[in-house]
Amino acid sequence: MPQRTFLATEPLIRWGWIWDHLDEIRTQTVEHFILTGIAVGIGFAIAMGLSIVALRFRRTYGPVTWVTGVLYTIPSLALFAFLVPYTGLSTLTAEIGLVSYTLLILVRNIVAGIDGVSPAVREAAVGMGYSRARLFVEIELPLALPVIVAGLRIATVTVVGLVTVTSIIGQGGLGLFILDGLRRDFYTPLIVGSVLSVALAVVIDVTLAGLERLLSPWSRARTVS
Amino acid sequence: MDLLADVLAWFIDPDNWQGSTGIPNRTLEHMRLSAMATAVAAAVAVPSGVLLGHSGRGGLIAVSVVNIGRAIPSFAIIALALPFSIRAGLGIGFWPTFLALVLLALPPIFTNSFTAVRSVGAEVVEAARGMGMREREVLLGIELPLGGPLILTGIRVAAVQVVATATLGALVGWGGLGRYIIDGFSVQDNVRVFAGALLVAALAILTDVAFGVTERILFAAGGLRGHRPPARMERPA
Amino acid sequence: MEMSAGQVTALVGPSGCGKTTILKMINRIIEPTSGRIEVGGRDIQGMDPHALRRGIGYVIQQVGLFPHRTVAENIATVPKLLGWDRRRTRKRVDELVEMVGLESEMYDRYPAELSGGQQQRVGVARALAADPPVLLMDEPFAAVDPIVRVRLQEELRSLQAQLQKTIVFVTHDIDEAIKLGDQVAILDVGGALRQYASPEEVLREPANAFVEEFLGQERGLRRLSLIAVRDVSLEDGPTVSSDAGSAEAKEVMAREGVNWVAIVRDGKLQGWVWESELEPGRKMGDLAGRPFLVRVTADNTLREALDAIVTSHNQVAVVYDGERYAGMLTLNRISENLVP
Repeated sequence: MPQRTFLATEPLIRWGWIWDHLDEIRTQTVEHFILTGIAVGIGFAIAMGLSIVALRFRRTYGPVTWVTGVLYTIPSLALFAFLVPYTGLSTLTAEIGLVSYTLLILVRNIVAGIDGVSPAVREAAVGMGYSRARLFVEIELPLALPVIVAGLRIATVTVVGLVTVTSIIGQGGLGLFILDGLRRDFYTPLIVGSVLSVALAVVIDVTLAGLERLLSPWSRARTVS
Repeated sequence: MDLLADVLAWFIDPDNWQGSTGIPNRTLEHMRLSAMATAVAAAVAVPSGVLLGHSGRGGLIAVSVVNIGRAIPSFAIIALALPFSIRAGLGIGFWPTFLALVLLALPPIFTNSFTAVRSVGAEVVEAARGMGMREREVLLGIELPLGGPLILTGIRVAAVQVVATATLGALVGWGGLGRYIIDGFSVQDNVRVFAGALLVAALAILTDVAFGVTERILFAAGGLRGHRPPARMERPA
Repeated sequence: MEMSAGQVTALVGPSGCGKTTILKMINRIIEPTSGRIEVGGRDIQGMDPHALRRGIGYVIQQVGLFPHRTVAENIATVPKLLGWDRRRTRKRVDELVEMVGLESEMYDRYPAELSGGQQQRVGVARALAADPPVLLMDEPFAAVDPIVRVRLQEELRSLQAQLQKTIVFVTHDIDEAIKLGDQVAILDVGGALRQYASPEEVLREPANAFVEEFLGQERGLRRLSLIAVRDVSLEDGPTVSSDAGSAEAKEVMAREGVNWVAIVRDGKLQGWVWESELEPGRKMGDLAGRPFLVRVTADNTLREALDAIVTSHNQVAVVYDGERYAGMLTLNRISENLVP
């Protein structure tokens, strides 16, 4: 066990350190954002495919949620550890792990969102001659958007948090500061990394929420009678 | 497949089953701390969530708690607990890990307890009051049994998360199963890393399954039958 | 079973009779297990279901407006599917909005901002958008409140008078079927067709016990709602000219067997007076008559006339032709039309 020499007298923040490391802080924040974006992007594409299969063949929904549920339950550090012997301390390892955590949330929300489309709307669309594919793209997806975006928000915030852990397997991002702080018994980077990671999660969350409002003006329409 | 053979050999090696760094002791450590942290969090969060839910106020608090809880990475909670633990004179290892895990377990339990009581149908509560039940009787006789499954789901989500995050305790000088992974990384021993990962994953999944079974036994048809809204999604560690 | 082009065929029956299933087989939302359906002489099994549906208007009870599209976009759905250009679509939407009685300020509203009645108007406009010859309506007015329902029924009737669509209308409400259908098909549980005839015939001669029971106790009253006032001959009633004296008025009352008389001046009704209010020596036109409170016109049904009779002091329905007096209807005259 490495010996810890944290001092009770060490100040929580040394502003000088932050000032000296602005460039690196910026670089790692961007890196953190990119790692998150790739994971959520790929995760969303896979989840969409799984959801389409699950919606088309109902019986597959159980197995799909079971498998993605197990992936979700495995602790992140353990999941990375499983992959390291095969894919090394690489970005690939990190992304495989991160992607697998988005799947359960995204699949559940996509399927729930599409299922939530009123049967009357679907019947009217079919009655007017919509083909299955067109119904999905033009009617079901836009109507499911609020629920899908809700899932996307949870998945993204989750991934922002998990990216900090990838520093343990040698990846960049804000977790690097946290790990650095722990290794060098130095509070400042530890706090900088934690605070910025929370801030990044909040900023992305709020942006997605705003985007959703922008894309679905109809869901705010007030109801009369 | 060499790796898997080596991992199997690691598990068979009697050396790994003995002493303070052996599998039984590490597993026990991990389970004990997780159970303690979850229990303390439940002792705080269930009553406060239930009472707030019963009073009908505090919806905003519940939503904020879960959102903030989700936005703070569990790694950051563990890391941040360290300086505060040291400043409070509690040192490294057990206390920062324990404090972090309790903090981590509070939001899902609190929010689910709050929602559980809130989601009991207004007409049921009104009927109970209409028949002359006191507030205490409404809470204990109606809202708690009906909300029970959802409260347990909150504890389940928290427990799985705590088991997962306790792995990171190895970074702040604590033991548990995370030691195999963290120490394995630092000496580049893939076998130990992989074996540790297996143990942690198995413990997390077992925790989830154990709660699932408990739920089924407690709330099976005929017994305390409650409605079961979907489990809240929480961040894994 | 044949449904005539340009007419309204109402399918009516208890739940479980398969009326909605029949409707949905026409646009192939449900496929028949056996039998043939032809639209305009073509077997629909040989047609592409999407193309078939785009040529048939479809209105359902829950309306099914697309919540993410505005009123105008909803109405333009089928034209868009058919690839109409923007200008043509826009023009058609304008026409339809006017036709179904919506205000143009609703163009850019979302369905959630409309009342139930407005939503169903948009639903009807959307179904009519590509001017399909056939319109399928599945209990379209069942979800709106009774007052709005009556208005929507009236509007559909006058719309149909202009458009002459082939409408298949499903309902569980026999009154609605009678009111809107040119032909009524009465179905029994399991899909058995019990009677298929005009509303008049169904009410006059129910084909069997099931139909009789389904029509209920008020068959006679229902028949009255099918006959217009203009179709019956009116009586002149106890009327005197404004120039007449009280002696003449007394004579009229005695002849008609009533204790009141109406005063007519230049073809218009001046009012009516009780026998006790007559003043010997004065002309009838000089008396202050009471107005008739309930007016009936040639367009009203006998059922409405009956309602006027039972709510008036005089036990007659006074029929007007614009402002002019056309005659009176009595209970006797109405029942003559029920029991020939």
